[in-house]
Amino acid sequence: MSTVHLGFPAVRPQHASPSSRLRGERGFPEAAREELGDGTLRENLRRATSSIQSKRASAVREVRDWQKLRNAGSALKWQVTDHLPELLEQLEASVAAAGGVVHWARDAEEAGEIVTRLALERGAQEVLKVTSSATQEIGLDEVLGHAGIRAIESDLAELIVQLARDAPSPLLLPAIHRNRSEIREIFLATMPDLDPSITDEPAELAAAARRLLREKFLDMPGSVAISGADFAVADTGTMVVVESEGNGRMCLTLPRTLISVVGIEAIVPSFQDLEVFLQLLPRSSTGERMSPCTTLFTGVHEGDGPEEFHLVLLDNGRSAVLEDPEGRSALHCIQCSACLNVCPVYQRTGGQAYGSTYPGPIGAILSPQMTGMHGSDDPNSTLPYASSLCGACYDVCPVKINIPEVLVHLRAKDVDRRRETRGDFHGTWDVALQGASKLMASPRAYDLAVRSAGPLSSVLPGKNIGKLPGVLPLMTGWTDHRDLPKPGASFRTWWDQHEKDRAAQEPAHGPEGGSAAATTDDDPGSTDEERS
Amino acid sequence: MRISLMTTCLVDVMAPDVARATVILLERLGHEVVFDKRQTCCGQMHTNSGYYTEAAPIVRSFVDTFEPALDSVDAIVMPSGSCTGCVRDQHELVARHEGDSELEQRAAAVAAKTYELSELLADVLKVTDVGAYFPHSVTYHPTCHSMRFLKVGARPLKLLRAVEGLEMKNLPESDTCCGFGGTFSVKNDATSDAMVTDKAENVVRSGAEFVVAGDASCLMNIGGKLRRTGASPRSVHLAQILASTREDPFVPAETILGRAP
Repeated sequence: MSTVHLGFPAVRPQHASPSSRLRGERGFPEAAREELGDGTLRENLRRATSSIQSKRASAVREVRDWQKLRNAGSALKWQVTDHLPELLEQLEASVAAAGGVVHWARDAEEAGEIVTRLALERGAQEVLKVTSSATQEIGLDEVLGHAGIRAIESDLAELIVQLARDAPSPLLLPAIHRNRSEIREIFLATMPDLDPSITDEPAELAAAARRLLREKFLDMPGSVAISGADFAVADTGTMVVVESEGNGRMCLTLPRTLISVVGIEAIVPSFQDLEVFLQLLPRSSTGERMSPCTTLFTGVHEGDGPEEFHLVLLDNGRSAVLEDPEGRSALHCIQCSACLNVCPVYQRTGGQAYGSTYPGPIGAILSPQMTGMHGSDDPNSTLPYASSLCGACYDVCPVKINIPEVLVHLRAKDVDRRRETRGDFHGTWDVALQGASKLMASPRAYDLAVRSAGPLSSVLPGKNIGKLPGVLPLMTGWTDHRDLPKPGASFRTWWDQHEKDRAAQEPAHGPEGGSAAATTDDDPGSTDEERS
Repeated sequence: MRISLMTTCLVDVMAPDVARATVILLERLGHEVVFDKRQTCCGQMHTNSGYYTEAAPIVRSFVDTFEPALDSVDAIVMPSGSCTGCVRDQHELVARHEGDSELEQRAAAVAAKTYELSELLADVLKVTDVGAYFPHSVTYHPTCHSMRFLKVGARPLKLLRAVEGLEMKNLPESDTCCGFGGTFSVKNDATSDAMVTDKAENVVRSGAEFVVAGDASCLMNIGGKLRRTGASPRSVHLAQILASTREDPFVPAETILGRAP
């Protein structure tokens, strides 16, 4: 694929502001270790991810041209990243022409200020929200809270998380870590008027949430709602919100003022392109042919829907992602979360171990690029390593983001950065891999090492290496959990004998015969005996 | 045909019988195997860990070893999906990172002749029944790199189904990663352990005596977990099954992936 050069901007792109919800407090290995210890979480995750995975698989199987759709989605998203500045200006003009107002937010702070100002100017004390990762990324609820404005989540799962004061789990299923009986208890503890005889039947729980939210929708002082958008169409200025519950549509249509906070990567070039994305997204995301509610809105219309529409276009590190030709495909993500559900790491650790609004495989390539990776003490430097590179994510990605390739690229970026930083290239791995590199680039030394491994390890008891004392830095990561075969005689030791036996059996071949390639002059392992 | 064997570093040291079996198998099929003792490693561990600069001399050593013999051999074989994947997909990448376009071209030429074992048998040597005998029940784990990167598809299964006496058992959740992932298994050991625990349980659930795959690394992980938990299934490499015959049947040793003498 050819690389598009995006020119040399006068102002270097900034990383996401530190207040963004894009970085945890601990690195992934430590955070994961804790999450893995929670048996209920693991069981909830296993059940939820495997059921949604099989739903996705059957929804995808019925589309005969699925691979062509993926190719189209990928091509459109490459077009977006190749022409982002022009498309954004086109979007601004389209939204303005339809009666909306566009605001540009460089980072989380600017976006928070814009939304807070708009809400305060309209006298809002409470605002309704539709789930959106962009507002979560900028910590909007808290920002509004500081200004005395209460944000109420209208999405069922988000509401559960908000009531439980949890950090939400993944992009699509924020309450995936809570089961029915836990949800019932959260509702009983937080909804004062709730009938205590409520059971943990999903229908009853949903009805309780619905009653709470209906009151809010119909009685909102200031009448401001805040949403994100799954897609922003450049040529028409249309915002698209895809959701399951209908709460989003109520938020988008009932209030007087609608504010949509949208990441600049959500753009699609033309209205016609929705044909591709509205097929790819629901099937990949919830395993549905079409989402129950797909709401498209364009600017304002007298007597129909909100009287005011504000679009806040959010950068917050996205331009920094765009800057890297090998990493920028992370911006193609349409947030379906298929890669999360299929990921064997995410399936076991859950979303919170990633410490970011964007968890799972896509988060592991998106978050560290948005924030930057600042050396070995930065928790986000551990994210590109939070994968066994199994490639299941790439297989299901509806826009064909080659996540394993980007993960390895980001590892190299992390290593190169540390290599260039004084004093940050002396870790155990750095030393071990530098030593291994020298050995593996020297055939003679390597040959000797391989032949010595068996005799050296013969001091250890048994046929396999079991648990080792914690003094060996890297080995115990293996031997704490599994046995390791104890090296015996190496293959090349056997080969020496095999070659001799073979030569003895085939005298016609002579010394220059079959094994010529194996006995070159600088052959490190061959002895005089072998050459004779 | 004349086939050059790249054992992979892990097999040479940790699972030598896998390379031995590859030699026995190919010679039994009437081919000549050559082994160049200058070979070390493909550089996968360094590359996938992000140490491109440290991977470069290893890649150079690999190319220096195998390139001069390209005209005198028909193919280079590696009994590993992930190492073959590294040679095919990553050697050029590492050379580009170093700005070494000559190495990039040479690496591409070597990669074009490099095959994973089941690819070599199916696509180059065009055999299905290799005359093997393995009177045991086995379950097949399609390793991630063989399945998703090399796309070996049903090649190993076709080879296994043709083995006399072999009974195939279904592996639940077979296409889920075993949790090896190279340095991932140590850097993220708790997560890796959770993954291999599930894989080992599924191997036990399959009811098979052996779990077979085309990557010694994954088998070392699964086999190591099975040993640690005291479960009875053993891990065995595809090459070890295909090398096994009535005259010289495979008998597992106590060592993981080892063969009783």
